Amino acid sequence: MAVQSKRGDRPGRPRRFYLSPQARDNIAGFLFISPWLIHFLGLIAFAMIFSFGISLTKTDLLTGFTFVGFDNYVRMWNDPLFWKSFRVTAYYTFVLVPANVVVALAIAILMNQKVAFIGLWRVVYYLPSVVSGVAVALLWGYVLNPRFGLLNAGLAAIGIEGPRWLYSEEWAVPGFILMGLWGAGGAMILYLAGLQGIPTSLYEAAEIDGANSWHRFWNVTIPLLTPTIYFNVLISIIASFQVFTQAYILTSGGPNNATLTQVLYLYRKGFQDFQFGYASALAWALFLIILVFTVLVVRTSESWVYYEGELRK
Amino acid sequence: MIEHGKAYPSYPARRGTDWPLVVTKITAIIGRILLYVVLATGGILFIMPLLWMISTSVKPDHLIYNIPIVWIPPELDWQNYVNGWTALPFPRFYANTIFVTIVNIIGLVLSSSLVAFGFARIRFWGRDVIFLILLATMMLPSQVTLIPLYLFWSKLGLVNTYWPLIVPQWLTNAYNVFLLRQFFMTINLELDDAARIDGAGWFTIYSRILMPLSKPALGVIAIQAFAWNWNNFFDPLIYLNEPKKYTIAIGLRLFQTTQSQQIAETMAMTLVALIPVLIVFYIAQARFIQGVVITGVKG
Repeated sequence: MAVQSKRGDRPGRPRRFYLSPQARDNIAGFLFISPWLIHFLGLIAFAMIFSFGISLTKTDLLTGFTFVGFDNYVRMWNDPLFWKSFRVTAYYTFVLVPANVVVALAIAILMNQKVAFIGLWRVVYYLPSVVSGVAVALLWGYVLNPRFGLLNAGLAAIGIEGPRWLYSEEWAVPGFILMGLWGAGGAMILYLAGLQGIPTSLYEAAEIDGANSWHRFWNVTIPLLTPTIYFNVLISIIASFQVFTQAYILTSGGPNNATLTQVLYLYRKGFQDFQFGYASALAWALFLIILVFTVLVVRTSESWVYYEGELRK
Repeated sequence: MIEHGKAYPSYPARRGTDWPLVVTKITAIIGRILLYVVLATGGILFIMPLLWMISTSVKPDHLIYNIPIVWIPPELDWQNYVNGWTALPFPRFYANTIFVTIVNIIGLVLSSSLVAFGFARIRFWGRDVIFLILLATMMLPSQVTLIPLYLFWSKLGLVNTYWPLIVPQWLTNAYNVFLLRQFFMTINLELDDAARIDGAGWFTIYSRILMPLSKPALGVIAIQAFAWNWNNFFDPLIYLNEPKKYTIAIGLRLFQTTQSQQIAETMAMTLVALIPVLIVFYIAQARFIQGVVITGVKG
């Protein structure tokens, strides 16, 4: 920073510093962003370095730290439960995220038609996504109950005998995925906003060119929505990998670890077994996994995300 | 039928097809009916769990297990609410949650607007690099920093207080800064220049010009912060360990573990916990939706 100071060139006044306009802006800028800078340096950067340090030790946080090198990472590599938790989380994420795109987009397209009672539909589809956390988990724990739950009662009404959902190894994660899809309204609103931003002139042009509604959908609507889909997929992958509340409250990871998500395993190792060194290593593994998948999506985005004002190859 | 392809740009428009008008009209009507059927079916599927929760919360015990479901019980059992409300100190949980939520909304709105203003309006050394770092932190799962932060708060003797829940929010977060910055960028920069010529400093521009113009965006932040704080489960679970300090989210969890057989009561208390969220949603429906538009989803 170029800080110029001309001191005391005005006699009779208290000493003042005179700064160039750019220097003043530098100071002002840093002052304005200082809350986040403190957050970043104090709570994020510091904690990341420290967290990596802890992952190289064996510790319960109370009686001291024993340096063990990369033992925790080696242990993790050989830990079947770690791999199990990775598979459970990946399964949940890679079914839920695409399913959510399809369901949310479908609803958004329906609601983008000229329909009566639009306010009512909006509430009906959007309201469930406002309900979150413990409330969703408790409600869906009962909805999925094999004995008296709403879902199996509904299936029975159409002659299907429902599975045992959270009590069965096979159906527990699908149960969680349904629970996640119930909140599709959040993404639906995103898509609806995106749809309403598409200029009608493009559709008119396509129609004049002889495109039927299917062509218009695939060649106008979808390309122009790809930025929205992209944003949404990224956010959902990051969030889904951190799934915790449902598994903690409803199944505690069971049956037979079928719902042991990565964050639940981390929580269990750290805050229940007091193996904070190992838990830190698990946290870093989670971060790396999220990073890899995010980078993959970002890398492939060039080939499928279309930005207006950019020529398509 | 003629194959329409995008490869024939000069093709005549669809209206040239030789279907009689009546058929076109009938197809249109069938289309409308189908649209409403699909909308209604989906709508019923989405709203049913909520209706079922309301119905279960006022059901006498012997009707809960009834299949087919009794949607409207012959007599409403309000006692479920009384039993639930008095089984645990729910008024206390409510008060705690309201306190934390309000303090955090104020903190988050203040801090994120200040930081976003810095990034959006002031040209300072290193700004763009720092902003990139801020965006990158959005990818960081909070579990990575969890254990050191827990250690940090426990060394300060502040575990089992509200400080670990409040301080991070008063120091803002990447998501809200990003959202507000996008909004601030849409406000004409010439306003700043005009104000500076009149001798206004940056803080005056922030407080007198940008803030009043940004009420809709600030409302969005406040509402999202409300919903997030009200529902937040992980942080209170980690940091609070005395029931009298519990927020409603872990209060509910406690209820579930201690009264797991009381299905109607659990549904009743879940509903009670949701009421503020539903009220805020109802009042601020438009704002909720606006938030999405402001997030700058267009990329």
